[in-house]
This record gives sequence, structure tokens and C-alpha cells, in this order.
Amino acid sequence: MTTMPLSDRTTDVAARATELSKIYGQGETQVVALDRVSVDFRQAEFTAIMGPSGSGKSTLMHCVAGLDTFSSGSVRIGDTELGSLKDKQLTKLRRDKIGFIFQAFNLLPTLTALENITLPMDIAGRKADKVWLDNVIQMVGLSGRLSHRPAQLSGGQQQRVAVARALASKPDIIFGDEPTGNLDSRSGAEVLGFLRNSVRELGQTVVMVTHDPVAAAYADRVVFLADGRIVDEVYGPTADSVLDRMKQFDAKGRTS
Amino acid sequence: MFRTALRNVLAHKARLLMTVLAVMLGVAFVSGTLVFTNTLSNALQNSSAKGFDQVDVAVTAKAQEDVGDRIVKTPELTEALREQSAKVPGAASAVGVVSGFTAIADRDGKLVGGGFQSQGGNFWGDKDPRYPLKEGAAPHGANEVAIDSETARRAGYEVGDTVRISIDGPVLTPKITAVFTTDDGNVAAGGSLALFDTPTAQKLFGKTGTYDEIDVKAAAGTSQAALKSALDAALPEGEVETTTAQRLADDQAEMISASMSGLKQGLLVFAGIALFVGTFIIANTFTMLVAQRTKELALLRAVGASRRQVTRSVLIEAFVVGTVAGATGLVAGIGIGAGLRSLLGTLGATVPDGPLVVSPGTVATSFAVGVVITMLAAWLPGRRAAKIPPVAAMSSVHAKATTKSLVLRNTLGALFSAAGVAVVLAATTMDGSDGQAPMGLGAVLLIIGVFILTPLLSRPLIAAATPVLRIFGVSGKLARQNSVRNPRRTAATASALMIGLTLITGMTVMAGSLQKSIDKMASAAISADYVVSMANGNTLSTDVEEKLKATDGVTATSPLRNAPARIGGVTEYLTGVTSAIGELTDLKVDDGTFEVAGTRVVVDQDTAEDHGWKAGSTFTAAYEDGEKQKLTVAGVYEGNELIRGIMLDASLLTGHQEDPSDMQVMVKTSGGASDAAKDRLEKALGSNPAIKVQSKQDLSDDIAQMFTLMLNMLYGLLAMAVIVAVLGVINTLAMSVFERSQEIGMLRAIGLERRAVKRMVRLESLVISLFGGVLGIGLGVFFGWAAGELLGTKMSTYELVLPWDRMAVFLLLAAGVGVLAALWPARRAARLNMLAAIKSE
Repeated sequence: MTTMPLSDRTTDVAARATELSKIYGQGETQVVALDRVSVDFRQAEFTAIMGPSGSGKSTLMHCVAGLDTFSSGSVRIGDTELGSLKDKQLTKLRRDKIGFIFQAFNLLPTLTALENITLPMDIAGRKADKVWLDNVIQMVGLSGRLSHRPAQLSGGQQQRVAVARALASKPDIIFGDEPTGNLDSRSGAEVLGFLRNSVRELGQTVVMVTHDPVAAAYADRVVFLADGRIVDEVYGPTADSVLDRMKQFDAKGRTS
Repeated sequence: MFRTALRNVLAHKARLLMTVLAVMLGVAFVSGTLVFTNTLSNALQNSSAKGFDQVDVAVTAKAQEDVGDRIVKTPELTEALREQSAKVPGAASAVGVVSGFTAIADRDGKLVGGGFQSQGGNFWGDKDPRYPLKEGAAPHGANEVAIDSETARRAGYEVGDTVRISIDGPVLTPKITAVFTTDDGNVAAGGSLALFDTPTAQKLFGKTGTYDEIDVKAAAGTSQAALKSALDAALPEGEVETTTAQRLADDQAEMISASMSGLKQGLLVFAGIALFVGTFIIANTFTMLVAQRTKELALLRAVGASRRQVTRSVLIEAFVVGTVAGATGLVAGIGIGAGLRSLLGTLGATVPDGPLVVSPGTVATSFAVGVVITMLAAWLPGRRAAKIPPVAAMSSVHAKATTKSLVLRNTLGALFSAAGVAVVLAATTMDGSDGQAPMGLGAVLLIIGVFILTPLLSRPLIAAATPVLRIFGVSGKLARQNSVRNPRRTAATASALMIGLTLITGMTVMAGSLQKSIDKMASAAISADYVVSMANGNTLSTDVEEKLKATDGVTATSPLRNAPARIGGVTEYLTGVTSAIGELTDLKVDDGTFEVAGTRVVVDQDTAEDHGWKAGSTFTAAYEDGEKQKLTVAGVYEGNELIRGIMLDASLLTGHQEDPSDMQVMVKTSGGASDAAKDRLEKALGSNPAIKVQSKQDLSDDIAQMFTLMLNMLYGLLAMAVIVAVLGVINTLAMSVFERSQEIGMLRAIGLERRAVKRMVRLESLVISLFGGVLGIGLGVFFGWAAGELLGTKMSTYELVLPWDRMAVFLLLAAGVGVLAALWPARRAARLNMLAAIKSE
């Protein structure tokens, strides 16, 4: 079993999972989705989580992002331990500390692009930081389309709205669940570019689940999962190195 | 195709639940009505048939027409006629029957039964076959009475007790000598029956030596028809009528079924309203199901199903839903029918026993109604399903419901509404009954117009609620946007509620206004402190007035004594009053003076107009006994529904009437109306159970009570339509929550609390319900006003009364509907599995 060495820069950790396990069912039908996973997501770092389907990569992200409960271990976002939080506190944590980007964009069709972007602040009853908001909108290049409704936007534009929504409330960490899964390669590249820029230039922390080596290559670090365990990690990945690593899984899968 | 449709129904059980419930309620209303009326009708006919067991031919007096200046009296059925009938060949016996109003007081002095069915009659000899004695012996003489067992049980009387009884005024206190059983329909319907021996009954009912009817029984071997012809031959021609018992039974059965079919139709109207409301829900459900299954249906088309087959598959689903709803509705309806019968029983009306009648017609109607209504309502969504192009199966994006332009719809709706308003307004300027038909037409046009326009109306009306919704932050904002997101769906849901509230509000406005105007009419014309009358509206004996006049504190009295007279070749009813009538009434005088003294009389406008009289005119009236009297018109007053006609000095009538009696007696007391004064008057009349002493306030209360009762019944009947509408709101919300689960999941993920999700659904429900409520109340007030304008042409005192408090209650009711309907959908939305919801498809 491979365990990641804990970073010595503990103060700079945005989210940390320790000995995290997630088990579905009981007895014979028991399925271990996550098996004592420990991982840190450092501030201002862009991490990609990869692995074959069923490896537990989405489950890991859901548990760390406070969307799902876990069986044992601990998850911290900043200084907050998630395991002891009630639904209400978890919801508040997601609202104030976490940003989300989904594969299916998940915008509200009744709201304009701008309203969708400020939705998390609206929910919190906060005023958006005007300067910051303009910055974000500028960055994703949506200035001309703020009053459009999602149905009037292309897929790439919709996902850019989603990226802006995630960034607008200055969360401690942004989680992306296959954010380019529904996009063509050009739109996908744009969105990944924004995410990388937000890390490089704005100091944002981003964790993204993906199965696309090209997408993973935008990250600073790639964490590989298999059978609910972290099996490897690569810093400064390229599409080729990631693809090579993934091929090993396939080979292993075939020979085992 | 059938299997696919069936699978779909099974797959969408939960989503179809509300639809089935809605149709089921409507069907239950229909079948409940049919079961109840059939059962009641059957039981009543059986019991009335039994009532003719002791009669073969009934002999009654033949009413005569008045001729010239003469009032022709109805011939009397004398003892001689009875004896003659008994001797007719083929007759076994002839029983003389006398009957009349007879009030029985219970131990607290209160009237037993409602008053209208308090009957009295004669007990024939020592053993009357009509009334088998349960206990005791036949009554004899003025101080003995027999009462029916049901009344004895209710009032707690036993043989040997003394009972207070009143016929037309004086209180009698005879001893109960017998308790008998009877099949009499009045008793079965909750009335009472008291029997005296024949001479006493004849005297009490003012028919000394005569009968109301002679019941002749045929000897063995003689048919009813043969007996009838024998009687026709023997009895004086032109004075009596003979009817066979068979005929009487048939007539009565026909009367019962006619009155039952009236009740049935009345109830079915309300069932129809509930079903109509239900169609909105069915249409909504199938539209949503089709929209949700776009891909599936497109796939069917892609693999070769024809348009017709797709439509048919939707209709088969509707058929299955309708059948299930029909079957469950039938069962529920049988329950309702049985329940209504026992409810009537507990309300005091004794319903004759009989089996619960579930006719094949009821069963067939239930299924037909369920299936036809559901399939009709699903037809349009079915057609829409067929229009889905096969290519929709391939498109990866979630296909959206086509948002067809509302332009055509709005134009059509505006045309209908405008026409409706115009016709209704035109009708209000018409006269009474002429305006009824156009008003009904206009109302229907307007309602259709508003139905069509509701999607358009939803935006501005719901936008008006924005400031209020803003208080609820993001939940309020999302709720508002969700509620206008699919205007058609919102409109159909709100319309369902609108129908019920339109009717409820309209009825309330009309009833309130009518009550006010009748009240005004009753009190405006009367300045007496008390009006004394019989509980059942019968006439009072003249000594009631004598007694009242002699009571302490009474300053003026006047009877309203009815006397027919021939004037100018027509029969007019004279009202005998005293000269005090001037201070007891407050009638507007148009011409002359209000003076009733000697031969000077006052006449109401209409009568004066008919005869061409003015103040100072003279005319001749021929009394009942043929004597003539010359009278002078002193004044012409404005009559109303309560006081009208020719008023003359009652003393003029003395001696000309065989059986003088008073409709009412008006009383003025020195201190005005008070509990003490009322008490004194009631005591003076011997605390008679049959006589009502009412102040103006009591009269108003009576009128108000009558209207309240009527309104409550209407509310009860319309409640079903509202309940169905609630199901509709639940249905729409549940479906919306289902459709938007991905959105709700996302909102939860980015930090919307469960509470806020619930609040969002609840607010959407409130917005839709209040939208329907506002539309309904608005339309109801308009229709109430319009109908009132029409009534106003017939009632001078009519005045529109807007029941603001009630309208506020209705609005609250609509809000309550919203909150209630959102309970379950909101819970579901809040409990939604966030992860499952946000996973991309």
C-alpha cells in the first residue's frame, strides 16, 4: 500500500483527508469505495485526481467536499473537521468555503448568467465583492453575456459561468467533477486554462476529478487512485506521462 | 403497445397517484350521489306503498272554481257520505280521515320535530288498522291522545303521561292513552303524529262532522277499479273525486322519484364541478409525463411506431388510470352513500330502512365517468406526444417542452374574456328573468376566457408578489421564477383552484346581499316589536290576538287575517287588520293616507294598478258567504314580498267567515322589545310550543340562519372541488420537484440549506395557490355583483354587500391550500439525494 508522505508545510494545507474510508453495504455485499486514504490538498495548488472507473476518485472528492458522508477517518477543510458536522453546518461550510464545478454545468435556467454567478453569495445573503467579481468575469470573458440565460449560451460559455460562480465567492477550495467532460476540446482547454490561471495568479486551490490525461496535464500534481487506494502521484505532469501511468493500470487490470 | 402503456403506468405509479385520487374523488361523488338517492328513493317508495295497505279507493272533495261574485266553497265530506260509501257494493269498510297541524312539546316545552312535519289526525274507533297499537288503548274524548312510538321515544313519553299539544293556538294537555307504530311518511322523515278520537279531531281541526278523506276498503274479491266505479256511481257527481290506492301509490312513487331526481341532479352538478376541476390535473399530469418521456417516445417513433400508436399508448395509459379511478371511486361512492344515510339518521331525519341500492347503472356510470373524463383530458397531451420527432431520441440534451408561442392563445383568451364581460354587463341592464340566459352565457364565456388567459395573467400577478417574496431572500426569488417558468402548468394548477373559489365567492356575495335585502324588507316594513306566528306557517286561532291584546304592557296589536273575496270577477285575498296597523307597519304611502277604519281600506300599488284604483276609488267585495260590502280606497302603499294586498278593518269580516284565522299577529309593547316582554307574551299564550313570538331581531336571525345553513351546504358541496384542486397543486409541485431534482441537488451542493429548499417549494406553492385564489375571488365578486344587478330589478331593497371578512378567509384558505399542498413535495425536495441528483445523465 502506498501512503503519501505528509507535507511538512501543514499550515498551507487547504483540505486534508486522513485514513479516510467509505464502505457501502455490510457483510457479503460489502463494497469498499475508499480504503484508508490519506491525502493533502495544499493551498494554491491545482490537483487532479485520476483513476480507472470504480477506483473511488469521485467518492474521494465528494467526501472531501462535504457532499457525502464517510465511514471512518477524518476530513479537514482548513481548520474544520467535517466528520462532526451536522447537515446544516456542512451546508454552510460548502456555501462559504467551497466552490463547485460540475460536469453537467448545473446552472439554473431561470437565472441570468450574472445571477447564476452570484448565486452562492445570494444564498448566503452576502454582497459580492464588486472588484473581485469584475475581475473574475473579465478573466472568463463573459462581460458581454451577463444578462443571457443559460439556454442562450453554448456549452463552453455555460461552463465558464460555472467556473465564475465557483470563483466569485473566493472559496478556500474549488472542486471540479469532470468539468470538461461535456465540452469539446477547445472549450475544455479554455476552462482548464481559467482554472490554472486562478491557481497561478489568484492563489486559488483547485481539486479536479478527471479521466482525461490532457486535462490532468494542466494540474500541478496528479493523484492516482485504484481500488479505493492512492497508488501513485506525479508532480508537474504532462499528458504523455499521465497516459503512460494510466496504461499501467490497464495492463495491471488485464494481467491480474 | 398495450404492454408498453401498462408498464408505463406501473413505472409511474407514484406520479399518477394524485391523478387517480383526483378522478376517484369525482367518481366517488357521482356514484355516492347515485347510491344515496337510489337507496333513499327505494326506501321511501317501499314505505309509502305500505301506507296504502289499508286503502283501496280514496274519496276526496273536489275543489270548485269561483264564479262571478261568488266564492264557491269546496263540498264537505260528511258522515252521511261516509256511510253511503261504506254501503256501496263491494265495499268492506269506509274510514273517515281528518288531519291537520299538531305540535307536540317535549318535557322542556320545546317542539318535537321541525314543525313542518308535526301532524295530527283521528284514530278510528277502538282499533284502527292503520295504526297498530304498541301499548295502551285507543283515545276517547277531548282529554286523550295517542302518539307515535318514534315521537314517544324521542321526547321520552310513556302511556299515562300528560303532554302539551297545540293545534292553532290554545294549548291542550291531554293524557297519552296509547303509543302506536306507523308507516306514515312524515313520521319516517322525522315528524310527529298525534291521534285523537274522530269527533275530537274534527273539532280541533275545525271540520266538525266532516272528513278530509274517506278511505274505502274493498271486500274480498272486489278489485280497486270495480270499487271505484261503484263509488263513482253512488256518490254525488262533481262533488267528490275517487282515486284507487294503486294510483295513489303510483302518484306518490312518481313524486318521490321526481323529488329525488331533483336532489340527484343538484348533487351531480357539484360532482360535475369536481370532475371538471379534475380534468385540469389529468391534463397537467399527462403533459408532464409526456415531456419527461420525450426521449422514450422518440425512440418508439424511431423504431417504427406510428404517430397514432404513440397517441394510443398515452390514451391506453389514461384508460388504465381511469379504470382504476372508476373502480376505487365506485367503492368510495358506495361508502359515501351508506355514510350519508346514517348521517341523515343522526341529524334527526328518520330514513326508512331498506337495502343499499347499487344498481348496474351506478356501476356503469362510475366506470364510464372515470374512463371518459381521464381519456378526454389526456387526449391533447397524447396528440402532443405524437408530434415528438424521432430525432429527439438521438439528441443528447435533455429535450425541453416546446414553449409554443402564447400569442394565439392570448388573443383567443382576450376575445373570449372581452365578449364575456360585455355580455354580462349588457345582461345587468336587462330586466330580471330576461337577463338570466345572457348572463349565464356571458359568465361561461368569461370563465373560458380567463382559463385561456391564465398563463398570461400569471406573470404580472405573480410579479406583483415580488416585494413580499424578496423578504425570503434567495428562496423567494427562486420560488417566483419557478412559478412563472412553465406558465401553462401554473395556469392549469391555479385554474383548478380558481373554479372552486369563484363559485364559493360568488355564492357568498349573492347570499350576503340577498340576506341583507330580505332583512331590510322584513324590518323596514315592520315597526311592531313582535310578530307572532305559527311554527309551520299555518294560521293562528283568532283568540291568540285576543289574549295578546289583554297582556300587560301591550299597547297595540293587529292580526293579519286572511279572507278570500271576489272583486271585479277575480278572487283577491283581503287582509283584516286593526286600526293600529299604522303604527305596527312602516309602509311608504304613494297616494292618499294610510288609514284603515270603517270601510276605508289601503291597497298596495300592484293591486291598485290591476284594478285601476286611486285614493278615493270605491269598489265592492263579495265575501265568502256571498254578502257584499262597499269599500273605499283611503291610500295606496308600496307593498313588498311580505306585506301586500288589500288591508281592511278586521271587524268588517266578522260573521262573514266560517273559520276565521290569522296569518300573524303584530304586537307593540310599551317598553319595546326585551326578554321580559317576550317572556310575558309567551306566558300569555300558555307557553305554546307551536307559536313563535319573534322580535325584529329574531326575524333577522331567522333569515340569517336560513342563509347560513344554505351557504354551509354549498360550501360543503364545493369543498370537494377544492380538495381536488389541492391534489392538483400537490401533483404539480411533486412533478416539478422531480423534474428539477438536478437543480435542487446543485443548490444543496453550493450551500442552500434544507430549510431554504423547503421554503422555496412552499413559497412556489403559495404563489400558485394565491394566484388561483385572487383570480377566483375576483371573478366570484364580479359574478356576484352581476347576478345582484339582475336580482335588483326584482327586489327594490337589493343592495350589494361585499363580505370582506369572508373574502379574507377565502384568501387565507387559498394560502392554506398552498401550505398544505407543499408539505409532501417540500419534504421530498429537502430530502433529495444530492449526489444522485447532480450526477450528470
